Parts: sequence; C-alpha cells; structure tokens
Amino acid sequence: MISVTGLNKTYATRAGAPVFALSDVNLEIAQGEFVTVVGPSGCGKTTLLKILAGILQKSSGSILVNGTPIERPTRQLGVVFQEALLLPWRNVLQNIMVPVEIQGLDRSTFEASARQLLRLVGLSGFEQKYPRELSGGMQQRVGIARALVHDPDFLLMDEPFGALDAMTREQMNLELLDIWAQKRKTVLLITHSIAEAVFLADRIVVMSPRPGRIVDIIDVDLPRPRDLDMINSDAFGTYVRRVRGHFGSRGMDA
Amino acid sequence: MSDVSPLRSNRATGSIARWGRRPETGLSALLFVIVTAGWEIIVRLLDVSSLVISPPSAIALALWGNLGSARFYYHAGITLWEILAGFVIGSLVGLVIGIAIGQWKILEKTVYPYVVALQTVPKVAIAPMIIIWFGYGLASKIVITALIVFFPVVVNCIAGMEAASTQQIEMLMSFTASRWQIFRMVKLQTALPYIFAGLDVAIVLAVIGAIVGEFIGSQAGLGNLLLQKNFSMDTAGSFAILIVLSVMGIVLHKLMTALKRRVVFWMEPEATIATEAT
Repeated sequence: MISVTGLNKTYATRAGAPVFALSDVNLEIAQGEFVTVVGPSGCGKTTLLKILAGILQKSSGSILVNGTPIERPTRQLGVVFQEALLLPWRNVLQNIMVPVEIQGLDRSTFEASARQLLRLVGLSGFEQKYPRELSGGMQQRVGIARALVHDPDFLLMDEPFGALDAMTREQMNLELLDIWAQKRKTVLLITHSIAEAVFLADRIVVMSPRPGRIVDIIDVDLPRPRDLDMINSDAFGTYVRRVRGHFGSRGMDA
Repeated sequence: MSDVSPLRSNRATGSIARWGRRPETGLSALLFVIVTAGWEIIVRLLDVSSLVISPPSAIALALWGNLGSARFYYHAGITLWEILAGFVIGSLVGLVIGIAIGQWKILEKTVYPYVVALQTVPKVAIAPMIIIWFGYGLASKIVITALIVFFPVVVNCIAGMEAASTQQIEMLMSFTASRWQIFRMVKLQTALPYIFAGLDVAIVLAVIGAIVGEFIGSQAGLGNLLLQKNFSMDTAGSFAILIVLSVMGIVLHKLMTALKRRVVFWMEPEATIATEAT
C-alpha cells in the first residue's frame, strides 16, 4: 500500500515568493485499490504523481510504499504518462521491454510476459511495428503494457487518455478496468475528466489549486464490472454532481 | 508492401510522367549542357589562350588521359587515404569529446571553451607547423584533415544530446534508469540525426583538409599533382584534377547520406499509418 502523510511541495520562483504546488496532502491507498485524482489544471495532481514516481523531490512530508520511504524511482511502480512516450527507434516489443532492460531482468522470461501483455491490450501481431505506424490509442496501449511488464505492484497513470478522442477514451477506460481486474494492481490515475474519475474509481480524490490540496475523498459504490450504460444512471450522476460541486462553488474551470 | 499508392504507380508509367513530376533533373542536365557548350564556344570564338582557360573538350581529354594512367590512381589513392583516415580520426575524437561534454555539464564549462578556441585558429595558418611536426608524408595531412573535421562533429554531437526529450528521459528515470542507460536509450538516438549532419559537413571539409595539407608540403597526392600542373601552366590538367576532387566529395557525401538513412531509419516518414483497431 501507499501512504502519503503531510506532503508539501514548493517551487522557488524568480520573483521570490515560493509557489505552493502541494500543501499538506494526506492519502492512503490500499492494496488492489483503484484511486482516481481529479482536479483542474494547476491543482498539483501531476506534481503529486511525479513525486510518487520518484522523479521529483518533495519539499517535506513522507511517502511510504509498502512501508519503505520513496526518495527515488522504484521497481515497485509502473508509470503511464500523458503521452505514450514510445521510443521511435524501437519497435513495439522493444519498447515494452524498456523497463526489463533497465532493471536487468531476465530477457526471455519477461519477453514472454511482454507478448502476453500485448495480447491483453489487444495488439497481438504488432510486435515488430514501429510507433509511427500506430494510432494514438494503440501507442498508449503499448505504454500501458510497458508500465506493467516488470510486474510492479502499483500503476501510476498521469492523464493517460487525455490526448485521445472521446470514443477511443471510453474504449480505453473499459479496457483499463479489464486489465486492472486481471492483473490486480493498485492504480492511481490522474485525470481532469470528472466522468472518467467516477467511472474508474473505488475512491475519488478531489484536488483544488493554489495551493494544491485535497478537498474531498469520495468512496464510489457503483457495482463492478462497470459498463458504459452506468454513466447514465442516477447514482453515477450523483457522484459527478458531488465532484463538480467542489469546482462550481469556487468558480473554477474543471 | 502490397498496396501500391497512386503516386507509386504513376512513376512506373514511363519517362514522360517522370519528366512531368520531376522536371528539375532534366533542367539541371540541360543547364550543364548549355554552360559547357557556351564555355566551349566562347573559348574557341575569342581564341583564349589555353594557359588562361581551356575549353571543356581539352579538359575532358586531360581527364580521359588521367583515368588511363596508373600514376594518377596512385596520387588519387593517397589523397583518398588522407581524406578517409583524417575523417575517421577527426570524427571519432569529435564524437568522444562531444558525447563527454553532452554527458557531463561540467565539461561544457571547462573543456568546451578550449575546443572553441582551437576552432578559431585558422587551420591553414597552422598547417605549415603541422608539416614541421609530422613531416612531409601522410601523417601531417591526416592530422590537418582530422583537425578540420573534428569541430562540426563536436558541435552537432552536443546539440543533439541536448535535444533529447525531457519527457522521454523522465519516463526512463521512472523505470529506475541510470545516467548511462538514459544516454544509451535516448540521448544517443536523439543525437544521431545531428551527428550525421555534422559528419556530412565533415566529410566535405575532409577533402579540403587533405588538399590544403598537400599544397603546403607533400610528395604525392592530387593536391601535389595540382600544384605541378599549375607550375607547368597545364590549365586543362588542373581542371581535370578539380573535377576528380569534386566527384570524390560528391560520392563521399552521397555515401554519408545513404548511411544516415540506414542508421536513422525512424526519421523516414515512409510507413503507412495503421488505423485504430477498435
């Protein structure tokens, strides 16, 4: 599990006055849980993810992953970014193998799981294709497979479907839930779409900017497996209204 | 590639279609014919002395004579060897220094200023000293060529490594990549197109470097031969050598471009984009 206590992040600015990107963030994520973080731009949600991923230094506070403090990137995490960030000089299979190569894992064992993941994300037969031959949705599927290949406990996702069109995005949400159900990973997904946050989550963390802080944590009691029809249900609408209430009342662009 | 695009099938319909699509090739050849013919006619009409300028026909004859003589190939071989050896040594040193500066920021502040200082010294001006240090043989020409080649490779190497995407680097970092792994997996590939641009400039400069070296002091090579022709007022012979040097440069440049296409294959926007499968 991940536990974040009293996390602060301030950026020094040229003008002198520091910017509070994150202020007193407290969050516990249980094993196997699907948590979404939603908030308008500038609320520090990407900063939170980068600190969790270990690629950004926190200013103060503590982060424990399975009881050990996080100061730098760890093998227990797999990260999916806003853009797929595939390396154009590597084919699909070689791109998925990037974490395996970095961590010096056994190539043949993990190549088998890479192929299996490729089947899971519906891209069997695309092993030898290069990123430029794939659509945006396909590229992000490869990005998800890459984040899972070294079998991490946690999956961090930073607006992974933000760059996709609405139809592809819904499809990817369903696929992600399938993958989550099969792989039993703990997921923290950041989004600026309230509907996406409600649709995917066990729990929604609502963040607000200046300073970036948590304003609400909502348990989502919608049944699983979820399907797109649920989006029109009253219960779904209630959750969406509750999240939106936080932004509407402050007059922010969510 | 089973799908033939309309553009591709047009190309096969014949030379007329090709002329329609690529008139510049034909125009370029036409320009050559006009200039050469004009040159020939003017030289003959005005009866210009062959000491001043030779008609293209005389140059072609001199060139033909060269291509049939073993002595000429000996000189050409020496110059080619100087070009290639100087190019390889200069670019290797350039790559090592460029990569080192790209990897360790501290070197950019400490070593790079001296690299720039070295570049501001005109190579032609220090060539006589290099001849004194390395003798009249091949070594001095190779050193001069390497010195000229080195700088564009260093500069492009540094620029290329700095162009690496921060996001890609963060992605690798999140998977616990080390500095060296980040270099191997992203920075080097990002730098390759830049490095090849540098090598392309360098290979052409290498030809100049070898000739400058031979001009200043040599026993053999095309530059040496060119000086001899100049002294004996053999203008046609001089031009014939210039043509050979120019062809050498063009061929080396083309080879470099072909090599670049193979190595930096992902830069080619040839492949068709697959459609969304869902």
